[in-house]
Amino acid sequence: MNSETSALRLKGLTKRFDRPAVDALDLTVHAGEFYALVGPNGAGKTTTLRMVAGLLKPDAGSVDIFGIDALTDPVAAKQVLAWVSDEPMIYDKLTPLEYLEFVAGLWGIEPRTSQPAARDLLASLGLEPHRNDRCDGFSKGMRQKVALAGALIHDPRLIILDEPLTGLDAVSARHVKGLLGDRVRAGCTVIMTTHILEVAERMADRIGVIAAGRLVAEGTLSELRQQNGHTDTSLEDLFIALVDVKAEAA
Amino acid sequence: MSSATALSWFARHELRLAWREWLAMMTGGRRRRTRAAVIGLIVFAAVMHLPAWAVIGRYAHTEAPLDKTSLIVMTATAFLAWALMLSQAIESVTRVFYARADLDLIMSSPAQLTNVFSVRIAAIALTVTCLALLLSTPFVDVLVLGGGARWFAAFGVVIAVGLSAGAFAIAITIVLFRLIGPARTRLIAQILAAVIGAGFVIALQIAAVVSYGTLSRFAVLTSGAAAAYAPEAGSLVWWPARAMLGDTEALLPLLSLSLVMLGVVMAVFSPRFADTAIGAFAHAASSRQGKAGKTFRGGSRQQALRRKELLLLGRDPWLISQTLMQLLYLVPPALFLWRSFSDSSTALVLITPVIVMAAGQLAGGLAWLTISGEDAADLVATAPLSPSRVIRAKIEVVLIVIGVIFAPLIAALALLAPRQAVVTAAGIAIAAMSATAIQLWFRVQAKRSQFRRRQTSSRIATFAEAFSSIGWAGTSALVLVIPLAAGISGLMTLGLMAATWKFSPTRE
Repeated sequence: MNSETSALRLKGLTKRFDRPAVDALDLTVHAGEFYALVGPNGAGKTTTLRMVAGLLKPDAGSVDIFGIDALTDPVAAKQVLAWVSDEPMIYDKLTPLEYLEFVAGLWGIEPRTSQPAARDLLASLGLEPHRNDRCDGFSKGMRQKVALAGALIHDPRLIILDEPLTGLDAVSARHVKGLLGDRVRAGCTVIMTTHILEVAERMADRIGVIAAGRLVAEGTLSELRQQNGHTDTSLEDLFIALVDVKAEAA
Repeated sequence: MSSATALSWFARHELRLAWREWLAMMTGGRRRRTRAAVIGLIVFAAVMHLPAWAVIGRYAHTEAPLDKTSLIVMTATAFLAWALMLSQAIESVTRVFYARADLDLIMSSPAQLTNVFSVRIAAIALTVTCLALLLSTPFVDVLVLGGGARWFAAFGVVIAVGLSAGAFAIAITIVLFRLIGPARTRLIAQILAAVIGAGFVIALQIAAVVSYGTLSRFAVLTSGAAAAYAPEAGSLVWWPARAMLGDTEALLPLLSLSLVMLGVVMAVFSPRFADTAIGAFAHAASSRQGKAGKTFRGGSRQQALRRKELLLLGRDPWLISQTLMQLLYLVPPALFLWRSFSDSSTALVLITPVIVMAAGQLAGGLAWLTISGEDAADLVATAPLSPSRVIRAKIEVVLIVIGVIFAPLIAALALLAPRQAVVTAAGIAIAAMSATAIQLWFRVQAKRSQFRRRQTSSRIATFAEAFSSIGWAGTSALVLVIPLAAGISGLMTLGLMAATWKFSPTRE
């Protein structure tokens, strides 16, 4: 598969802190795909995604986003990318509408496009009644939804989400999942880390299992089952088996 | 656990928290720095004896009975200390109400809330008093060394002043809650703290400018008019002055009075403390409304950043209170300027360093808020614009705000002394840019709410920022009177900036 049809291509991506956090990782995510990256705590999921988003500089390797070399032309890469972390990045003293206006401005979106988009996003995330309230009184779930709306306002081609469902109630989580599903159906690529394996199992087209900074397994759920000789197990059982094997090997 | 044991246990807990918070402030939260912080503090306290000696050494032999002028000066000094402690205590009390911290835990525990909050009120008063004792020690030491052990009584006055200031602060804050509600109390309390801290000195300066045409606050205190209107020597007003001189008949009632005040405040306000804290929480949970029916504005990415920064600065209670304080400090020189309109006196030069210094200090705070205090750092870092353009937009915001605040003063000065206006404007620009550069070199990503602790990230940056403001203020004044000396002063300040840059983490 060439870089034109891959949304993200990582080659030999490496990052060391006091130990290797990401170890020569090769990973390809296809355009229009919902990709779930799962792994135990400290496996290197967040570090990998932060390098893709341009928030961390890799020690080695390359990051290719829709054919753009993100390390040599980060501004062009960021134009098509959105990042949502598990800690919502919003301003307490701004209202959701003001926040979305700011994000749209940062991505250079014309107001005639961004204003109706902002209203639609707030409505679809159940934030319409709070659009003019300052965020300082919002719950974590509401803040997460504002951050997600900010990620979607500039209509990115690649959305990277790090544990986006943390702190969301069942209704909010369904809103978010629905919104992400709609985006994928519209041709957008979504990469998401999650500890909720049921979400990965149900939503992802492909799942990557990462442990100790390396991809230990990858594929659709049925491919993962086949690779590991289990025909009718849940992702949770597969995940535990894969991670245990990796731990024993280490 | 008996009630008394529980209270003493909670008191120990409060004091431990206060100690650790103070230590964290001193060490920047790094445990390894504790030894260095203690050594630094001892050196600082030792060095402080020198300015204390210079300021107060010659008064060590002062003895009772005092003339009215001396009584006025001493009482005013005690009142100034009280005002500063009150300002500090209001800030502490507001923080306790609005920082959720352990209040949830305490209020959900089966402990007697009235007792627990009594201890907390006492701990606030005690913390303020300890800080005051620490700062006053070099001055009292100098007086004891020069004038004998009777000056130890001054510590008693400091304790009385600290306890009463703590009691007053709690009463004021809770009354504010009742009168104007939790939504406005936070901002008003911060403004009040700033105004009380600076208000007394500024009021004296204004009176000096209006009555005597000088910026010296002592002009009013030592004037014949003040002595004429002052009460007789036997008045209660002079008790603090008499107590400082070792008069136990004045000291003991003062101490007793402050303890009674604190006791009354604990008895009256402890039961209300919980309600007030709940009110503050409820306010935090309910959002304030923004402008409805807002239309999105277009423009460049930098414009979007600048708009966001300006909006956030406008909604920042700290900034509003600090700006107000800076403006308050500018009132006496502005008044002096107006009084000197028809006067060619060179004393007019005095206002240039005051303005330049204020601009440098304000720019430092603003630069921290815009550069380091970025609440959505990841969002800005993942936006499609280069880091240099982000930084440039933020610096522009600092300079715009400084320009807006100081332009009216420069315009007024330009009418009187055009050359001085040009020099002052240049001084403001250089001082603001220097303070901004220091914040840029030492930037550490933080939440805006951590502003109060911004100094802990780097002592070098804190001192460099203060000294660069002082340096540029001095240089600006010297340009007007001794240009050659201004060259030397300017070079020294540039040297300071270069040394600061050399030690900055950015360079590494």
